[in-house]
Amino acid sequence: MSFISYLINGISLGSVYAIIALGYTMVYGIAKMLNFAHGDVIMIGAYVVLTMMTGAGVNPLLAVLISMAACTILGMTIEKIAYKPLRNAASPLAVLITAIGVSYLLQNIALLVFGASAKSFTNIVNIPALTLAGGKLIITGTTIVTIFACIIIMLGLTLFVNKTKPGQAMQAVSEDRGAAQLMGINVNGTISLTFAIGSALAAIAGVLLCSAYPTLTPYTGAMPGIKAFVAAVFGGIGSIPGAMVGGILLGIIEIMGKAYISSQVADAIVFAVLIVVLLVKPTGLFGKNIQEKV
Amino acid sequence: MKNMKKFVGLALTATLAAASLAGCGSKNNDTSTGSSASSAADGTVYKIGGIGPVTGAAAAYGDAVEKGAKLAVEEINAAGGINGTPIEFKFEDDEHDAEKSVNAYNTLKDWGMQMLLGTVTSAPCIAVNAEASNDNMFLLSPSGTALECISTPNAFRVCFSDPAQGTKSAEYIGQNKLATKVAAIYDSSDPYSSGIYESFAAEAANQGLEIVASEAFTADSKADFKVQLQKAKDGGAELVFLPIYYQETALILKQAADIGFDTQFFGCDGLDGILGVENFDTTLAEGVMLLTPFAADAEDEATQHFVKAYAEAYNNETPIQFAADAYDGIYAIKDAAEKAGITADMNASDICDALKVSMTEITLNGVTGTISWTEDGEPSKEPKAVVIQNGAYTAM
Repeated sequence: MSFISYLINGISLGSVYAIIALGYTMVYGIAKMLNFAHGDVIMIGAYVVLTMMTGAGVNPLLAVLISMAACTILGMTIEKIAYKPLRNAASPLAVLITAIGVSYLLQNIALLVFGASAKSFTNIVNIPALTLAGGKLIITGTTIVTIFACIIIMLGLTLFVNKTKPGQAMQAVSEDRGAAQLMGINVNGTISLTFAIGSALAAIAGVLLCSAYPTLTPYTGAMPGIKAFVAAVFGGIGSIPGAMVGGILLGIIEIMGKAYISSQVADAIVFAVLIVVLLVKPTGLFGKNIQEKV
Repeated sequence: MKNMKKFVGLALTATLAAASLAGCGSKNNDTSTGSSASSAADGTVYKIGGIGPVTGAAAAYGDAVEKGAKLAVEEINAAGGINGTPIEFKFEDDEHDAEKSVNAYNTLKDWGMQMLLGTVTSAPCIAVNAEASNDNMFLLSPSGTALECISTPNAFRVCFSDPAQGTKSAEYIGQNKLATKVAAIYDSSDPYSSGIYESFAAEAANQGLEIVASEAFTADSKADFKVQLQKAKDGGAELVFLPIYYQETALILKQAADIGFDTQFFGCDGLDGILGVENFDTTLAEGVMLLTPFAADAEDEATQHFVKAYAEAYNNETPIQFAADAYDGIYAIKDAAEKAGITADMNASDICDALKVSMTEITLNGVTGTISWTEDGEPSKEPKAVVIQNGAYTAM
């Protein structure tokens, strides 16, 4: 019975990683850049929801929508100011370093605005917990919502990218930016849209992360952000189903490692698995190996 | 597009200009601190520095220490200072980061610091004391509990050491028969937490306590504790020992409730502050016990005076143990300084040599107990057990 309970914990933690990883993977797949500030956009999203709910007394659903809008604007602004001018820089490192800079900037702004002390996040999921097997197995409402949200978002994104015009524009930009521009696709607009979607996802991830683990500090987003990046690489960065599978597997490995091997080396196990996967399959589980034609 | 480039160019120029101005500014500061350092040597004030996290993950501790210390300094200055010479107190933020803490130490040294009350948290304290012992600077840590914090002759502390906290916790649980099967959840990446845990585990055997689950987490994975709690629950633990800080504890209490694990939680001074977490559902903390040398509702006169003065000075806040440690720390410096007969024109190294001896000769009747110090810098005092009842810390 405890195995099943560990498994559910793992899927729940993994679903949060997966939603964050979807944001990473979208931006990487289309803009070919690692947005290390993604984890901090999550943190800002969570603060917006908390402030709306406790400060302004807004209804939780509306608070989440406001937060999504705020994060979308934030994400697009960051892209315009910090990343776009560097898109054609000689070294791809320039924009990577800028992303790290933006990450610290957001953390420090949050420190100034919201203060350093931890705030407890108000639970916004009001679904009662499922109690199975005579109280031995308890699945919280947050877990259920997180898992479903993750699946819905993954399906929605896949449909969007494959079936809609802007989605197909994204694919085109992802494959060859220059050629896409020649075909009349608005590359800048498409990349902006990618950041908008990625950041709106960050707001949802922030709410789910903080509902499951309800302590919010300006550093809350940093570590899950890095773990989700690992998940995205694990699943094959750039691939939408890859991010989802990578995230959930990472969560399960982390929890199972803690439960059955040792709680002291859980992180070491996670990263060891990543190394093994990358040695065997360098593009990640679902990564496509695109040959450069000369 | 061109406008954008111009704008960026302008912004860069402005940044450069600001940077060069800042450069000048810091030079000016250097000279001014130089002159104020000599004014300290004139013997007009004692300069006591403080270091601790006022921002960052452990901000509640640094904040409390700063407030407690300032309160004591104001009281002492109002009563005429140390041997008639007032104290000047300056507090620097270190964000609970060893590197920033050493920077803060250097800033204070430039300011002319003669004695250091700090640092607040263990890991930075170890780093700062490496510098302070080189400089022969007197260091009194209000709350740095790791053994290594005060491993040199110049360093003392007000709080218990980690081993002392772990041993006393095991003794308390054993003697009061709170449980026989215990679990522990600790942060293996933090010297404070693992230090307490190790001595707790060693003493638990002597007290007839069986450790059914010994679970760790690290700074990089401190969001999900359900596995650790599940293992404690499956092991049949009657009590879970939490030698950790309050932020993780808030998460642990919530997740324990989520998985339906209703047990006795027992912690050390790191749990102090949990009721102050904004928005935290304090009913979750109901019944949690902690071993701390200070209880705000204690009946003795010293404590009552301190709690009242603290509330008046800081918006009706109730002081936590860290504020009490700092308050006692400043008074200990005063007593030791008066005993040694130091004067404000002495340099930091001479003051340190004098205080090293006089600290072991004083007995402070403080708010965290009646304290005397041994030569290795450890305080000797008795801990008090506190239980959280109706959303307040209550002495047991």
